[in-house]
Amino acid sequence: MLFMTPNILKNFVSKRATRLYPFEVREPFANFRGELVNDIEACIFCGMCQKKCPSQCITVDRKTGVWECDPCACVYCSVCVDHCPVNCLSMKNDHRKPFAKKFMYTLQGTPPKPKKAAKKDE
Amino acid sequence: MAKTIIPFGPQHPVLPEPVHLKLVVEDEIVKEAIPALGYVHRGLEKLVEIRDFHQMVQIVERVCGICSCIHAKAYCQGIEELMGVEIPDRARFLRVIWGELHRIHSHLLWLGLFADAFGFESVFQQFWKVREKIMDILEATAGNRVIISVNVVGGTRYDLTPEQLRWILEGLTEVEAGVKALQRTMLDDYTVKKRTVGVGMLSREQAIELGAAGPTLRGSGVSQDMRQLGYSAYCDLDFEPVVETGCDSYARSTVRFRETLQSIDLIRQAISRLPGGDINVPVKGNPEGEIVTRVEQPRGELMYYIKASGKKYLDRCRIRTPTFANVPPLLAMVGGIELADVPVVVLSIDPCISCTER
Amino acid sequence: MIQPIIEVTQDNIASEVLKLKNSGHRLVTLTCTELDADNLDILYHFDKDLELTHLRMKQPKDKPVPSISGILFAALLVENEMRDQFGVTFDGLILDFNRTLYLDEEVTEVPLVSNVKITKQ
Repeated sequence: MLFMTPNILKNFVSKRATRLYPFEVREPFANFRGELVNDIEACIFCGMCQKKCPSQCITVDRKTGVWECDPCACVYCSVCVDHCPVNCLSMKNDHRKPFAKKFMYTLQGTPPKPKKAAKKDE
Repeated sequence: MAKTIIPFGPQHPVLPEPVHLKLVVEDEIVKEAIPALGYVHRGLEKLVEIRDFHQMVQIVERVCGICSCIHAKAYCQGIEELMGVEIPDRARFLRVIWGELHRIHSHLLWLGLFADAFGFESVFQQFWKVREKIMDILEATAGNRVIISVNVVGGTRYDLTPEQLRWILEGLTEVEAGVKALQRTMLDDYTVKKRTVGVGMLSREQAIELGAAGPTLRGSGVSQDMRQLGYSAYCDLDFEPVVETGCDSYARSTVRFRETLQSIDLIRQAISRLPGGDINVPVKGNPEGEIVTRVEQPRGELMYYIKASGKKYLDRCRIRTPTFANVPPLLAMVGGIELADVPVVVLSIDPCISCTER
Repeated sequence: MIQPIIEVTQDNIASEVLKLKNSGHRLVTLTCTELDADNLDILYHFDKDLELTHLRMKQPKDKPVPSISGILFAALLVENEMRDQFGVTFDGLILDFNRTLYLDEEVTEVPLVSNVKITKQ
């Protein structure tokens, strides 16, 4: 009848199973998919991440060199990281801290120079 | 006595899913129930028109919040069969490992909620404490706790190193010890048996005629498990479907408990037979034709119908989830029980309403 | 690519379903697809001992479909869902939700039929 009693007695003498968050934080695991960051100096603005994204949260503007991501629309699936040809996208292994207002994660880089006979000088 | 109609759900302290039942009650005995769905309908089947078939993997994963990896597995399997792609052996075994981890975590979640339905809250939290170890394993190997995104069309995205495999086996020993310590409480306790034996009867003929699926069918004596079809690597592992003949809520609860222990054994077999090699093959071109694939989800038989005609957008992707098939047996089971037993019966079919309504 | 598949019409659907039910088959589900501007394609899937059997019926959009919920109670939820998503009516449905199963009354477009492509912004 009293099948729970050994369990209860063991719980009295062992330490607690919960952690006192936010005073005690666990080390994040190495493979966890956290914030998306882009190394804008290495980005070539090909737009592959924009094409492959399932939730269409990335906007790439080739002419002005602006790369933009909506962190509230992103589902953190890391498909863009897998398909980036120069590996400039990566995911940090900790999640973003909570924020009170929505914002867009915008980065400004140098736009790619046009390849054919251009009016810009090299 | 006159009949009264009592509304049950969608917001109710003991009901974890947003389903609404109008119970027609006469003197505390329920005569019949009329369901109403539609509280979480998101219209995911219409998204095939604007997302191509590679992006649909991420959308299909988000149909259910507990067994998401298995939805992705069924979809990828269907597209691969349609396009004639053979995935490498290592990918087949890895899919089995992650699928069975999902089955263990889903059954442990259900065992906790089932105990909560008749008020046994301490056992509820003990089961969820054991489940946290599985969540840690999923987060460390695949990147997220529930929606893990490991399946792609053509194989899997992540691999398991030998050190991770050793760590998984140690974690499974802890989980097995934790589950076995609660076995006598869940299955042999006098109070638990009094609340579940004889409640929610579904005979064998009724189960086949009403189209039940999963442990609802296997708890009534029908030995059918979609893993016997031999997809992924199940043709290379040996297992038998778990069947009970009680036909009541106690039998279904025993089926799910024994399946948890069986899944731990299947993962150990898969890890010991894991072959080397690549984990995915590149896939080019577009699918064409129509196909039906079936997979065993923790709740039952999941069926996908995919129709494509050579473009990168599919024509139709129809998903039939096991809870959708288990609602007519629920309406048949509810006749003749007392009002206080209704949450126990509703939970014994393992409802997942976000799967049902997509 | 799905075998075995049997073609039926509106007249002999009830007798075919009754034959399959009496031989111990279990209904898996019904599927509906749009073939062209006037016709729908309805498929019935049955299972016995892990083997599937399919029935296929071509249906014009404006005529009512004969319902099998009188023979198999399990079909009633699927037929109500098809009424919501495709706008077909059923003849003889035993518990009819009148298009309120998933959709509210203010919704005027039929979800899966009008192939209006939503453009990306």
